[in-house]
Amino acid sequence: MLITEHERLKQDIAIWSEGLGRRRSSLLPILQAIQRKYHRVSNLAMQMVADALGIHPSEVHSVVSFYAFLDERPTGRFVLRLCRTVSCHMAGKARVAQQLRNDLQIQFGETTPDGDFTLEWANCLGMCDQGPALLVNDEVHTKVTPADVHHIIESCRRTFGLHARIAREART
Amino acid sequence: MIAASLGNKLTFSEVAPDVALARALQMSRPEIIAEISAAQLKGRGGAGFPTGVKWNLAAAARSDAKYVICNADEGEPGTFKDRVILSEHADLVFTGMTIGGYAIGASSGILYLRGEYTYLRERLQRVLAERRKGGLLGRAIKGKPGLAFDIEIRMGSGAYVCGEETALIESLEGHRGEPRNRPPFPVDTGFEHRPSIVNNVETFAWVTCIFDKSAGWFKAIGTARSAGPKVLSVSGDCAKPGVYEVPFGISIAELLDLVGGKGARAVQIGGASGVCVPSSDFHRSIAFEDVATGGSVIVFGKERDMLEVAHNFLEFFTEESCGQCTPCREGSRRLLDGVEQLHRGSCSTTHLDDLCALGETMQLASKCGLGQSAPNVFLSIVAGFRNELLGRVPASQGAAEKAQKELP
Repeated sequence: MLITEHERLKQDIAIWSEGLGRRRSSLLPILQAIQRKYHRVSNLAMQMVADALGIHPSEVHSVVSFYAFLDERPTGRFVLRLCRTVSCHMAGKARVAQQLRNDLQIQFGETTPDGDFTLEWANCLGMCDQGPALLVNDEVHTKVTPADVHHIIESCRRTFGLHARIAREART
Repeated sequence: MIAASLGNKLTFSEVAPDVALARALQMSRPEIIAEISAAQLKGRGGAGFPTGVKWNLAAAARSDAKYVICNADEGEPGTFKDRVILSEHADLVFTGMTIGGYAIGASSGILYLRGEYTYLRERLQRVLAERRKGGLLGRAIKGKPGLAFDIEIRMGSGAYVCGEETALIESLEGHRGEPRNRPPFPVDTGFEHRPSIVNNVETFAWVTCIFDKSAGWFKAIGTARSAGPKVLSVSGDCAKPGVYEVPFGISIAELLDLVGGKGARAVQIGGASGVCVPSSDFHRSIAFEDVATGGSVIVFGKERDMLEVAHNFLEFFTEESCGQCTPCREGSRRLLDGVEQLHRGSCSTTHLDDLCALGETMQLASKCGLGQSAPNVFLSIVAGFRNELLGRVPASQGAAEKAQKELP
């Protein structure tokens, strides 16, 4: 039987809230798990979490809207966050930003039409001695140059789609 | 001043956390807190509250549960020492938390790690698993019956304000990271209304060092009012950026020598919420009683436009203000507008003075430390570089005038 996205989301939320405990303090970890797997926290997901924890959905929404790493709108498989804080700014983040815009053909705050990449600004990534710093999902890149941008994007692309399938098939 | 503790090598690498823990567990709870108080350890996150006093209050509080919370939400611009400490000396931090748990009578510890450092989580989980296996966490720590303590890691989700201790607790409880009114303080009404101590990563690491070496060793370093060594994160226009351990009381000039930042025009001490110190004040020292810092030092070289620096920091605050109180939310916005006016060359002197008055109002009227310190950088840059900020010729106008002159 085909499991729809809706049912899968419901199952996941049930598992996570059971595992973490159905209490308010589990809210953020549950939302983080949803974000990680589904690349967003949709209205439907917020309603389901509210039901699981026995709180009002507006409470869940107030939390989702507060944190920069939780998104109501769909984000890409890869979220690229370029540090814009002062040390990375002085280390030349503006040119890296420009090349990211050029190579991805989107502005900051946008997602590529194929749903692969989202471009975001980040505040201090804690790599101030090695700027400019770029966070790609959970992985951090340091001393990024405009020329590195292409390689970083390509290495993301290699982890899914046709390239990844060929690599997987070669292994098995 | 002890020269040996200067430089890139951290004391942490020569400390045996196991020995420290064994020594601490031989003491009674009051003795542990007395040792911390004797060392005169103050919180390394920036606020500088005496750790012994904090622990004593939490130890005296009566409750069915207490919590030890490690603040690893290192979001202050220019700070990265906690990342280095957690990557290389996590055992010291966890040992310090365990000692804290024993001292105040808590059996649960929480490490609140910022979302930007998710890549550290797996490693830290492994360290915790090793400690459980080695009997350093769990039901009977080091075989001491009844001494139970364990640590879980909770992740942040990209909010600078969650580094404020009450906002951090709100976040742990599953709320927006909006700071609470204080009092009550976390030592009696903390996580889930239970007494909690919230300390910085570095503070816990120093606790372990104090039990490995001694309170006397710690107190002998630094100044009378700022005891011990301090780990700084140095970035910006200098030859050798990185993490440095220095004794409190070091002058800014000495630090610049150390990091290869000679000829700097200004140094930002304490990150976005700190102050900008112009070169005329480089004789001042880094200490709680002079220029305080949680660890951030950003060097600005000769060519830097200080208005651009102010602009960058105010954009930061406009973004990171939680929006709960008006002085911070609206004030940051107005100061940013003001910086943009200065940049365009359209800010009158009266308006600049009004902005400074607004900044002082924010310092007084904001609810938490974020809002109270948001105008600091603006005020200190105006104080130090006023002449450079006023009367700017807008870029387009400058070009037009130049073109006019070049006409035959």
